[in-house]
Order: sequence, then C-alpha cells, then structure tokens
Amino acid sequence: MSRLPVPRGPVSEVLLTALAGAPGSLPPVAVTAPGDPLADDDLHLSLYVLYELHYRGFDGVDDRWEWDPDALALRARLEAIFEDGLDGALRGWAPPAADGATMDLALRAIIDADDGPSLARHLEVAGSLEQFREFAMHRSAYQLKEADPHSWALPRLWGRPKAAMVEVQTDEYGGGDAARIHAQLFADAMDALGLDRTYGAYLDVLPGITLATVNLMSLFGLHRRHRARIVGHLALFEMTSSIPNRRYATALRRLGVDDSRATEFFDEHVTADAVHENIAAIDLAGGLVEQDPAAAAGILYGARALVEVEARWAAHLLGRWDAGRSSLAAAPTEVAA
Amino acid sequence: MSGGDGQTARITPYRDGPILVRGPFTLIDQDGNEIETHQKTIALCRCGRSARKPFCDGTHKATGWRADSGAQQRPATGRFLREV
Repeated sequence: MSRLPVPRGPVSEVLLTALAGAPGSLPPVAVTAPGDPLADDDLHLSLYVLYELHYRGFDGVDDRWEWDPDALALRARLEAIFEDGLDGALRGWAPPAADGATMDLALRAIIDADDGPSLARHLEVAGSLEQFREFAMHRSAYQLKEADPHSWALPRLWGRPKAAMVEVQTDEYGGGDAARIHAQLFADAMDALGLDRTYGAYLDVLPGITLATVNLMSLFGLHRRHRARIVGHLALFEMTSSIPNRRYATALRRLGVDDSRATEFFDEHVTADAVHENIAAIDLAGGLVEQDPAAAAGILYGARALVEVEARWAAHLLGRWDAGRSSLAAAPTEVAA
Repeated sequence: MSGGDGQTARITPYRDGPILVRGPFTLIDQDGNEIETHQKTIALCRCGRSARKPFCDGTHKATGWRADSGAQQRPATGRFLREV
C-alpha cells in the first residue's frame, strides 16, 4: 500500500480529505468539465485514486471506501467526462472492417495508421539516463501492477478467449515463480536505476496525462460493459511491445547501464511479448469475436483508444525533453495541517 | 485453443508471425545442449530476421514478412521437388 497523494485541484481536494476519514463522509463535489479530459491533473488524479481503492488501496484509508456509494457515484461522473473525452478524440476515426478470422489484420491496421512519436526510438538513440529514469517513473504507475487491469476481464470471458487471456496472464505473473512476475522485474529494474521501487512512490509527480494511460485500463477493465475494449487494449498493447522493449534495452546498454536487473525487464518483454501478441490478437481478440461478433467494435475502440492516449503521453514527454525540461509534474508542497 | 492432450507439444505457425510451441517440449541445439527458456509457451523465429534466434523478437513486423498459418501448397509444376 502507499500513502494518499497531495490534491491537485478542487475535486481531488474534497476526495482526498474525505478518504482520510470514515466511509460515508464524502460531501457533494462540484465537477466541471476540464479543458483536456484526457490529461487534466485533478480529474485523472481523482480517478486514479478512486480506481486504486479496487487494487491495493492506501495506507490509513478504510477498505470500505472501495464500495462507498458516494465514492462510486463520484467515480461515475468523472468516468463520464473521461469517456466523452475519448469519444471526442476518436471522432472521425473509421474502424477497419473485421470479423473473427481477421481481427489480427484489423488491429495491425490500427498500428500501421499510428503516426504518433516514438518514445522508444528517442531513448534508444538519443535519450539521457535522466530521461530514461523519468520514463521508468512514469511507467511505474502501470508496471508495478502490470497485467492487473486486464485480469478484471477474466470472469467475463469463457472458452477460447478466456484460455488465451489466462495463457498470457500466466506468463505476466511469472508462471508460478514470484521472482519472474513482470511487476517484480520492473521493481528490480527501478532498484537498479536508483529509483524508489515502492508501489505508488511517484504518484505525486506523475502528470494527469500519464495517469490517464492507467485510468484507461482501469475504466475498461472494471466495467463488464467494456470487456471487449479491455481485450482490444491488451491485444494492441502486446502487439506494440516487443520492438519498443528491445529499443529500451538497447538504450540502457548505450547509456552504460549493464546491471542485468535493469535490462532483464525489457529483455524479457522482447521474447515474452513476441509470444503474447499472437495469442492476444488471434486467440483472444479473434476468439472473442468468433463467439460474439458484436465485440469487434469494442475491441477496435479499445485498441484505438490505447494508441490515442499513448501518443499524447509520448508527445508530452518528448516535448518537455525537447524544451530541456523535466516531463514530471512539479513536486507538490504539502499544506501544513 | 483446443486439441491439447497435455502429453505432446502443440506447434502452431501464426499468420505473418512466429511458430508457437506449447506443452511439454525440450529445446536443444545441434550439439545436444539445452537452450534455456522459462516460458511455457515459446515463439520460434520463422522469418529468419530475429536477433534472438531461435526465438522471435518481433522483427517480422518491421520487415512486413508474410506467411499463412496453414501449410503452403506445393508448386503445381513439381519442378522444385525434382531429385537432384
């Protein structure tokens, strides 16, 4: 567990103050539509905290907050803003045609149409060690619970797609070896990079645009109505992982980081995701559409939403670095109690 | 997936991708040395461009390599099958 973060706006202010107290004490919260619903700090910190109640929770926060009706009602209002923002960002996008036998080709078409900047390419050839460390801090918001948001879908699948997701997730969770759990490998890499491996340690310095990448998975994973979207998210995530991870491993070696704990996470993902991407695209996504043809639209939406949110996140990091600045949010100053 | 009996390995070429091996298998080089893997399912390079052979590293995607999942048909003329 980790400690509650510092608020970053009126909604998180009310929420975080309430979470320190007893469940049932959340007062009415005024929520207004933010300028950028895919990046707003207050919106995405609040959503991240509300979702975290379903993962590991926070030190000093009553576990019953997870199912507190007022907290869930607030979460639903914030989710509606986030979902409207996603719909808006994807307006005008025409999903490729697909059936169960061609889902992998349709997902590949989404990747081929992605003209977002390549963070992996920058780090491979030009990035500094400090930039790599920032990259790892951003990614820790997901990687320290890697695979967990997708696992919410397991009880909502059956047959071939369920077996496929279990096959992928079994590997993500180390195949029975706790030391090989991918989240554990990432924590080891953070250690080797001189970073704090503690779950949630960097929450206060992660911008909303980073938290949105994780909130996207929690949104799709926690809602049964979005099971096709989380499947599409996982499939595309796996399909775009092996080559970037090879670049990250190359970056570390170029930067003189030869500690195997730092490189193992990325090396592991090159060969692991070369396996997963086929299973996820063909057996999981294709298998789900074979069972339920209506799932095709949701799978493609989940995949396209991932591309959209990741591209914005990568552009943020590269833009800040181009300007010679840190990509992290300014460390908040605690308000004296 | 279906058809696994748990006793034999299942070997599947994936469209435009690697060969996946599932189930009990041992990977050994031509000198009899075991090639270590800690994964239950492995992907073997089929395009010849992997930098981590015999494992797939995803390079086939960058090169646009194409192959069906099922068996290729033999050339109709039979020319390529003639004994030398």
